[in-house]
Amino acid sequence: MISIRNLSKTFSTPKGDIQVLKDINLEVEKGDIFGIIGFSGAGKSTMIRCLNRLEEPTSGTVVIGDKNITDMNKDELREARKKIGIIFQDFNLFDSMTVYENVAFPLEISGYSKEKIKNRVGEILDLVDLNDKVDSYPAQLSGGQKQRVGIARALANKPDVLLSDEATSALDPQTTYSILELLRDINKKLNLTILLITHELDVVKYICNNMAVIEEGKIVEVGSTDSIFLNPKSDTAKKFVKIMRNLSINSHCPGGEVI
Amino acid sequence: MTEDFKMLILKGLSETIEMVAISGFIALLIGMPLGIILVVTKKGHILEHEKLNKVLAAVVNAIRSLPSIILIVVLLPLARLIVGTTLGMKAAIVPISIGIAPFLARIIETSIEEVQWGKIEAALAVGAKPFQIILKVLIPEALPSLVRGITISIISIIEFTAVAGAIGAGGLGSLAIRFGYERFRKDIMIATVVLLICLVQLIQFSGDHISRYINKKRYKFD
Repeated sequence: MISIRNLSKTFSTPKGDIQVLKDINLEVEKGDIFGIIGFSGAGKSTMIRCLNRLEEPTSGTVVIGDKNITDMNKDELREARKKIGIIFQDFNLFDSMTVYENVAFPLEISGYSKEKIKNRVGEILDLVDLNDKVDSYPAQLSGGQKQRVGIARALANKPDVLLSDEATSALDPQTTYSILELLRDINKKLNLTILLITHELDVVKYICNNMAVIEEGKIVEVGSTDSIFLNPKSDTAKKFVKIMRNLSINSHCPGGEVI
Repeated sequence: MTEDFKMLILKGLSETIEMVAISGFIALLIGMPLGIILVVTKKGHILEHEKLNKVLAAVVNAIRSLPSIILIVVLLPLARLIVGTTLGMKAAIVPISIGIAPFLARIIETSIEEVQWGKIEAALAVGAKPFQIILKVLIPEALPSLVRGITISIISIIEFTAVAGAIGAGGLGSLAIRFGYERFRKDIMIATVVLLICLVQLIQFSGDHISRYINKKRYKFD
């Protein structure tokens, strides 16, 4: 479903070029929930933003479904983006619009009729369980509710894939799980391919079937989530697993440490 | 209170209000698109065009460098060309509109720039076109701040009309100069000052009120 080939990204700064993505190759199957994990600054956010070209890749190709995203001109890209949903860490909802209007926005700009928009928005708000908040403004919602609106907006155009750019990083653990449950639910109901990036191993462990580990702009490990958890090979993966074990031991025996 | 006093003051007030309304409207027609273009043509923005941006910024700065009285005199030939005279209220509207438009453009630019880039990205990510982003995201998101900015601009127009009054534009400004200053009519001087203060207060109050109303609607908690 998603195929990334030799993707590289270099930022030019006055102090010189910084290569944040180095020759990334990755395949994500249709219907999969795929997680990419890395520490801050590893390049994961840049990578996911290259997939819908919110960030322009320096070189390489991205194919989503049967469409070569990196080959497209502006108009083609605009159309293609309607089928690539994305949710953000800061939600990026429109404060001037109600929940209904936020979710209707992608449909309005696509020129659907009022009637169709109304039906579709009702349908998605049911799916994300926010039908009692249609007339609220984002400022009146909790973080978890905001992200539900973000998800609803991303799903409005019935996308083929959903990209999640640290979508749960601003949420408390309990809300994180409810959002992850929702994503899993959507994945099953709509057979939607989900690619998420995160710095929380918990998130990957909770919903991802497969995962990749990114370190200094390079993919250092790819495999099923279970296999990487059982047998981490890269330094980053080992560190993540160690931190997680420490945390879970700490919660059982405070002050304890894995030796 | 004499008849001529009442008549003079009422005429001055209505002229000032008319000048402010018409030139404010024209300045908004020029300044609003100009301010938005100044933002969206910046490097990396939705309609990136650095050359156009630099040229417009230079023009805006050039007009804003001139003190209002000089700008009015410089633009009098243009007023003659457009409205056929260099005297009176009609003639003053031309330089006032052109003088305020760049100021308004800068204020609108600042407001529009406050809209978080993430919201623009969210709109881009669902396939919105630049014009849809301007109309449906940038302007509505910046609206409370735009209202406050436009309020400040309207108050600046009042100031501008008073200066224009000095060279025969009519309005309260010209009353204050011609009667209050040149003919020692203290009553008219005081009346114009009081009226100008009231006018500015009223506009500022209305602007604050509208801006607060929008914010209250968006940010009230049930």
